[in-house]
Amino acid sequence: MNETFIMALLETNNVLKQFGGLIAVNKVSFQLEQGRIVSIIGPNGAGKTTFFNTLTGIYHPDGGEILFNGKSLNRLRPDQIAALGVARTFQNIRLFGNMSVIENILVGMHVHLKQTPVDTLLHLPFFHREEHEAEQKAVALMEYVGLKGVGNELAKNLPYGGQRRLEIARALAADPQLLLLDEPAAGMNPQETEDLIRLFRCIRDEKGITILLIEHDMRVVMNISEWICVMDHGEKIAEGTPAEIRSNKQVIEAYLGRGALSGEQKEASA
Amino acid sequence: MFHLFKNVVQPIDRIISSFPRAFILAHLLLGTVLVYVSPRSNLAFLVLISSFFSLYHFPTDRLFKLTAGMVLTLLIFPVLGVRNIFYLEVIFQISVFAALALGLNIVVGFAGLLDLGYVAFYAVGAYLWAFFGSQQYYVLPFAPGTQPSNLPFLLPGDAFYLFMFIAIIVAAVTGILLGTPVLRLRGDYLAIVTLGFGEVIRVLANNLDKPLNFTNGPQGITPIQRPTMPEWVVDGFNKLFGWIVGHDVSPADMYNVMFYLMALLVIVVIVYVTKRLDDSKIGRAWTAIREDETAAIAMGIPLVRMKLAAFAVGASFAGVMGVLLAGSRTFISPESFSFMQSIGVLAMVILGGSGSIPGVILGAATVTILNLQVLQGLSLYLSQLRQSDAVIPIIHFAWSNLSTQLDPAKYQRLLFGLILILMMIFRPEGLIPSQRRKRELAGEENPAGE
Repeated sequence: MNETFIMALLETNNVLKQFGGLIAVNKVSFQLEQGRIVSIIGPNGAGKTTFFNTLTGIYHPDGGEILFNGKSLNRLRPDQIAALGVARTFQNIRLFGNMSVIENILVGMHVHLKQTPVDTLLHLPFFHREEHEAEQKAVALMEYVGLKGVGNELAKNLPYGGQRRLEIARALAADPQLLLLDEPAAGMNPQETEDLIRLFRCIRDEKGITILLIEHDMRVVMNISEWICVMDHGEKIAEGTPAEIRSNKQVIEAYLGRGALSGEQKEASA
Repeated sequence: MFHLFKNVVQPIDRIISSFPRAFILAHLLLGTVLVYVSPRSNLAFLVLISSFFSLYHFPTDRLFKLTAGMVLTLLIFPVLGVRNIFYLEVIFQISVFAALALGLNIVVGFAGLLDLGYVAFYAVGAYLWAFFGSQQYYVLPFAPGTQPSNLPFLLPGDAFYLFMFIAIIVAAVTGILLGTPVLRLRGDYLAIVTLGFGEVIRVLANNLDKPLNFTNGPQGITPIQRPTMPEWVVDGFNKLFGWIVGHDVSPADMYNVMFYLMALLVIVVIVYVTKRLDDSKIGRAWTAIREDETAAIAMGIPLVRMKLAAFAVGASFAGVMGVLLAGSRTFISPESFSFMQSIGVLAMVILGGSGSIPGVILGAATVTILNLQVLQGLSLYLSQLRQSDAVIPIIHFAWSNLSTQLDPAKYQRLLFGLILILMMIFRPEGLIPSQRRKRELAGEENPAGE
């Protein structure tokens, strides 16, 4: 990675997050270039989701710095960060269950809608135009993620896979530069996972959106990632291409324990 | 209970729905005739007012509904109302509570913020006009004059109309001021703090008679100025409807009609505002906050600002109604703004259907009627039985031996509690549950059902 002259879209310097005595994210430094698909992996409790929450402003870092397009996100609220172009999905799906599918996507467009209360109350022409355009865009997004003809369903009535897709559509509705996906393939069958991988590629290739995902499913991670960052106990223990990570002994150790290492590797790590 | 609904209510509903207009007209006419013939009967009045429900419920075209609704609210209610002013009072109270419930519905139903101190904003509106529309100002030491009773009201009656608008702003600002420190809290914590704030406003009203006497303490402020009413209103009404009413309507009765009509106008505006907000970026943001705060903020919705907006809009509705209350009662005291009032309005929202505009109006009507008519009526009936020498057969119990403690009007809260428990068990989404608007989307089949 000698391309340091390319400014990173997202850059973290020694980001620290602790809850009382527990250090959840320990001085993680990490760079994400524009237009990449990067995965963060690690055992349960490694601090991946906390890292995500720190990036999106749900938690404020206790140390270090987060830069997005060169702008510090440290003290910003989640809504301000979202408005800058960072969208996310959640590990345990967080849709607006009692709103229709289309409305969920419209909420995703919140930061882009310019209608004022006056437009709204008087139903000025601008209001109708904007709502109509937003609705059409939402329908297009539904098709894009593979949800067709369910616009008026309540989000909570969608099947599990549909809910995952809707969460992605809602995140895309914000026209983000960076899309953070927290375990998007969890609970999906192989076919659905396959479709999802194709969708992520599409999002990157067609929309030029940079993707950072947390994932446990190694088929997804190894298949799609161009770069992988491994976390354990809140620390970044390795990063590299999928091939490098597959043979990295620290990673194997973190996942499978020391016993899994062959004698030669044990000697080397000691 | 479910079987009863399925086997009896639904078929009847289906049959009536095949001739909705005829049924609605018949219902309306029956109610009107009954109330005209027996202006003292609670039952007749219930028939009349329930025709509003069949008007809403049975499917027919909008023009018919609108016309019938206007005839009912603008013609039949006022004309029959002045024959028995108590009916007008009931309808006025329904309107006031419907407006309050609609305001609370924005906060609780849309944005999902449990506010247990909502009447505080109602009090702000009421005291606003109570102070400026009465002689209270002259009590203050720096005010000119020494004999308050001989002095005119501080502001003329015309100012009342202006104050309805001022109250919107003042109540909204109060909503923002109260909301700012508390809206960072969630759920139960928010409920407790709003409860506290509601009480603070009431206690303030109760005690702000010293060091400077703004509210006249527990005695309350009276008399409060009524809005100016042009002469021709009374004359015109008498000329037009005198033959139905049977006697000349006094200006005092006409005031009741006017307040009822003003409350109605305010409700129409509120419903309009609520509907438009609900179906826009703002309303969607509120609902998103109700559904999942964390996801909402991650979508770029500024939580605090949107919550404050909900508080301000809800508060402004209550503020306007407060001014109307002060004007119509000509007397305001802290008692009118107790915690039980907040709970009562909340019960209306929950009973009717949190987040549903027709629902909360129905909730307000149901609770008010139960309160003012059904329970009072039962009390009256029991006391009549007590005075008669009627005896319950078989167990040979003389009604006159019935304890005077058994007074249904006193069991209001018991009944509310019971209703709320039953609602939570059998129909937690309310009498008329809220529904998301169905959109006609390109590439989709037309929304089924409707």
